[in-house]
Order: sequence, then structure tokens, then C-alpha cells
Amino acid sequence: MTVKTTAAEYIGEVRDRVENFHGNQLVYVGWDRHLMFCSAFTFLVAPAASFRSLRDDVMAGVFGEHPEWPTINWDSVRWLLDGQPFTPELDKTLADQGIGHKSLLRFDTPELHGFMNAGV
Amino acid sequence: MAAKKLNMKDKYKMLTRDLDWEFSYQDRKEAFPYEEYEGIKITDWSKWEDPFRLTMDAYWKYQAEKEKKLYAIFDAFAQNNGHLNISDPRYVNALKVFLGGVTPVEYQAYQGFAHVGRQFGGVGARVACQMQSIDELRHVQTQIHAMSHYNKFFDGLHNWNGMQDKVWYMSVPTSFFHDARSSGPFEFLLAISFSFEYVLTNLLFVPFMSGAAYNGDMATVTFGFSSQSDEARHMTLGLEVIKFLLEQHEDNVPIVQKWVDKWFWRGTRVLGIVSMMMDYMLPNKVMSWREAWEIYFEQAGGALFKDLARYGIKPPKYVDIATAQMDHMSHQTWWNFYNFGEAAGFHTWIPSDKELDWLSEKYPQTFDKYYRPRWELAKKMEAEGKRFYSKGLPQLCNTCQVAMINTEVDDPTMLVYRSTEYKGEKYHFCSDGCHDIFVDEPEKFVQSWLPVHQILQGNCGGADLETVMREYYGMDVGVDNLDMKGSPDELRWKEWKSA
Repeated sequence: MTVKTTAAEYIGEVRDRVENFHGNQLVYVGWDRHLMFCSAFTFLVAPAASFRSLRDDVMAGVFGEHPEWPTINWDSVRWLLDGQPFTPELDKTLADQGIGHKSLLRFDTPELHGFMNAGV
Repeated sequence: MAAKKLNMKDKYKMLTRDLDWEFSYQDRKEAFPYEEYEGIKITDWSKWEDPFRLTMDAYWKYQAEKEKKLYAIFDAFAQNNGHLNISDPRYVNALKVFLGGVTPVEYQAYQGFAHVGRQFGGVGARVACQMQSIDELRHVQTQIHAMSHYNKFFDGLHNWNGMQDKVWYMSVPTSFFHDARSSGPFEFLLAISFSFEYVLTNLLFVPFMSGAAYNGDMATVTFGFSSQSDEARHMTLGLEVIKFLLEQHEDNVPIVQKWVDKWFWRGTRVLGIVSMMMDYMLPNKVMSWREAWEIYFEQAGGALFKDLARYGIKPPKYVDIATAQMDHMSHQTWWNFYNFGEAAGFHTWIPSDKELDWLSEKYPQTFDKYYRPRWELAKKMEAEGKRFYSKGLPQLCNTCQVAMINTEVDDPTMLVYRSTEYKGEKYHFCSDGCHDIFVDEPEKFVQSWLPVHQILQGNCGGADLETVMREYYGMDVGVDNLDMKGSPDELRWKEWKSA
């Protein structure tokens, strides 16, 4: 049973289905071992946006507060998309490279260890 | 001739058990439609032992006495400008969190107990739940009255009721109770009476009321004392519930175990906000959150679960993970609020150097290694005139609704990410505990009202955060929020103290 109920069949309303976001979708992005940001962020993006705009506009707008952000070597960054290793293509759209509604994107910057080398 | 006055025993019997009647022309199952669907088997309601041992008339008399004393002290507190005796104006921010986070859920407890106080087939359980329902309503009222004095002198206390089911962090306790109240009557009782009132409530009330005493807040201390005897009854009900269910039928054991696991985990996530109140928001510290957990959960809870082992009940699943996380919880939670201090309805601040040292001493394994560097960064940025406020919106856990700030036990520099797919949709969780709760009842939790997602769907009054805060949350933006430093609260306090 998928919920304890008195009803014979009970279907819950999926409150965060993509249709509710008026043509946009959600994507979560977290910077591993940089806990100046207490958690990953939730972004509202167009599925047709390019990865470049996600990285250089959307992500830079919040992660850019970190003193290490300008020093990131993007060639060595390791990405995880929904838990799987992932190589983004900068000029392809999010939809075209499988970044779907409520996908989780994580990036790890191996040369950078955070403020005071403490993962901050 | 009948005696004019009933003796105690007869009176008790007539005003409790004798309130029930046999159903001669109605089907009992229709009268109590929620009693069986959870799978709990009750073979004999008469085995229920009344935990309160009170009749309604005695209850009224007893409570009225307590009210009289309580309100005399509230009056004296107000007449003597009691708010000027608190340790530091930062303290009032703990009251803002309490009034927004705890008082409305006391109201939900009142509603929940009123509901199950109608729905149980056994009259003993019904009477006990009805009395607790009235207790909870009394707590709502006395908390509002205890804190209304502060509302005259400090910001951020004016709209707690409007904020409780809208504001991002208030959705954590609110959704906890929505989950319990939309469960069956036995799960509700297990969730609230046992897991919350019996196992975890001391972690809320004892440290917080001691905190009030340590910080000169006589109004809240007095409220605490006045509710303490109620809480003792509620705990007795919690213990009776679990023993009754386990003794009624062996088939109840696995169902009860599942609820113990679920509600223990949900409870620990809700307590994050209390952990931060204790470690960061009380200017005069009572004890650390870690120490409170050791005394009120590890020792007291350990003895309890040893006692329940004879029924086949095991300590809650993930108790080891929860205990390991208690070295981190308050630090991560306060950092969460410091990050989003622009969107909070109370003030946040960097701990003083003395407080940072206290935290190092209380958390020798974790604080200097993982958390002090965050405050060093915050201090550096503040000194440069760039007080750090995070610009984005956090990712929330789909079950507990807390921001996903939780870290792995074996590597506290890594956030916990758990997820699942259900009917083609992705769902994310802060922990295995929250993941398991979702997977067990997905049709319930696909409906989670996640504040961040609601803002981004355009359901919260506006597209930008300031409009959301002003129009939807009812906050006084620029006054209720932001850092303690330079706040109107702080400026007024300085004026009063220099007068």
C-alpha cells in the first residue's frame, strides 16, 4: 500500500510536477565540500537554456560569493548528474543533455578545498 | 436511601468509564470508522489504564487554580517591565522562533487530540485524549499571553499565526503535525503522545524553560512550570498507549515498530531548530544541545527501550546516526539561518569570541575542525562590509522540509543526498530516514507543500523574495529580518539601558 488510508484507492496530487512551473523546471545544484553554502540551491530554469548560461549566469549569481569561485579550473571539475558521472556540453540545452525537472547536479573542484582548507 | 455524595471511586467510574454505552441499533464499526484500517488489533478496550486518573470536574478545578497563579505573575511581569530584566535582546529571538514554531503546533495538537478523542472505540482513551486536547489549547493561550508582552517592545512577534504555514522554516513543524494528523488515530497517538511527548519533549521543554530562567525571562519560566504538570500527564498517556497496543495483540508489534522508527526520525529533524536555540540563541547557556541529548535521550530513552524490549520493540532505526549527528546539528542549523538571515523573521548573528570558545569546548570533536572556519569567513566578510546573505533558495528535503544541510556521519564535509523516483518524478531527501518514510507512503509525500517550490511556482505573492516576505509572510522587511547588529531591536535596547 502506498499510503495508509480508508479509501480503496488513494492517489496523491503531485504538487511539484513540471506543469506547475509555467514552462520552466527545477534544477538543484550543489558545490561539493564548499559549505559556506549550507545546502545545494534550487534554481528555476528554462529547459531550453544552455549549460553555459546555467553555469555562468545562474550558478555564478549565487556561488560567485565564494572567494574561490573565480579561481575554479573548469577543465578539472568533476560533475555528477543525478548521482552519475557527467560531462556537460556548454552550448547544448539542459533538456538535450538529460538535465530534467528536479535533477540534481553536483560539482567537485579537486584543487580547491574551501576557506581555510576546511571544506567551507 | 442513596448517598448524597458519591465516593471518589464511584465518581471516577461514573464520570469516565460509565460515559460509554452499548450500541443497540447502530453498527459500532460505523461509529468508529477509523479504528481498524491501520491494522491495529484491539481485543479488549477495558484493559486500557487511564493515565490521567482525573474526572472532568476535578480537571477544571485543578487547571483553574494554575491559571490564577500564572496570570498573576504575567500581570506582575508586565507592570514591572519584566522585559528589561532579560540577559540580552538577542534572547528574544529564541522566543520569536518558539512562538512561531511551537505555539501553532500546540494548536494542531489540540485539533488532533480532539479528533482522536472522538474516534477511539474505548472510552478510557477517548476521555484521556479529550483532556489532553483541552490542555493543548490552554498551552496555546498561555504561550500567547506569556509572549504578548514582548510583542509590545520587540519586532517579529506580530504575525506568528499568519507565518506558521507559509514561512520556509515554519513549514517544518507545521508539516510534521499535518503528517501526524492525517494519519490514523493510533499512528497519531504513537507519533505525538509517545515519540514526541514521551521520548523527545524534554528536549524541547526542559532546556528551553531552563534557558528562560538563565536569561531572566520570568514570564516564559512561569508558563513552563504551569504546563509541566500537564506534560507529565501527556507523557503518562504516551507510555500507556505504547504498552496498551503492544499488550493487545502481537500483530501490533511490527506496526508500532514502524511508527516508532518513523516518528523518532521525524522528531529529530524537527528538533534541529531547538538545538540551534540552545547552542546559539541563548545568551546565557544552560548546557549544550549535545549534553541535553545525552541526558534526555540517550540515558532516559535508553532505559525506556530496554524496558520495551520484552515486547519485541527495538530502539528506533537510525538512532546511531541521529546520535552521531548531534555533534553537528545545531551548528549546521544556525549556519542555515545565518545564510538565509535576509529571509528570516528574526535576527541572526555571528557568535561572540567567548561563545565560539564555549562551542569549541562543548564540541571538541567537531567545532574547530568543521564549524569555526565558517564563522571566521563570516567575520571576514562582515569586516569588509559584506555581511554574507545567501542569494539563492535552498534545496529542501521532500519529507522533513528542512534545507538539505545534513552531512554524512563518516565525512562531515559532504552533504547527504538521497533520492528516489516515483511514477517518473524525482524526490530528494536529507537522510536515509526521510527517504524511507517517503518510500513507505509515497502517495502522501508527493503532496508535500515545499515552501521553496511554492515560491517558484508563483504561489506566494510575488516573484522576488522581498515581495514574498512582505506580502505573503507578513514580515516587516528590513526590521524583522537581517542581522542583530544595527537592528531596531538592538537600538531600542541600547536606548532603554542608557536611559
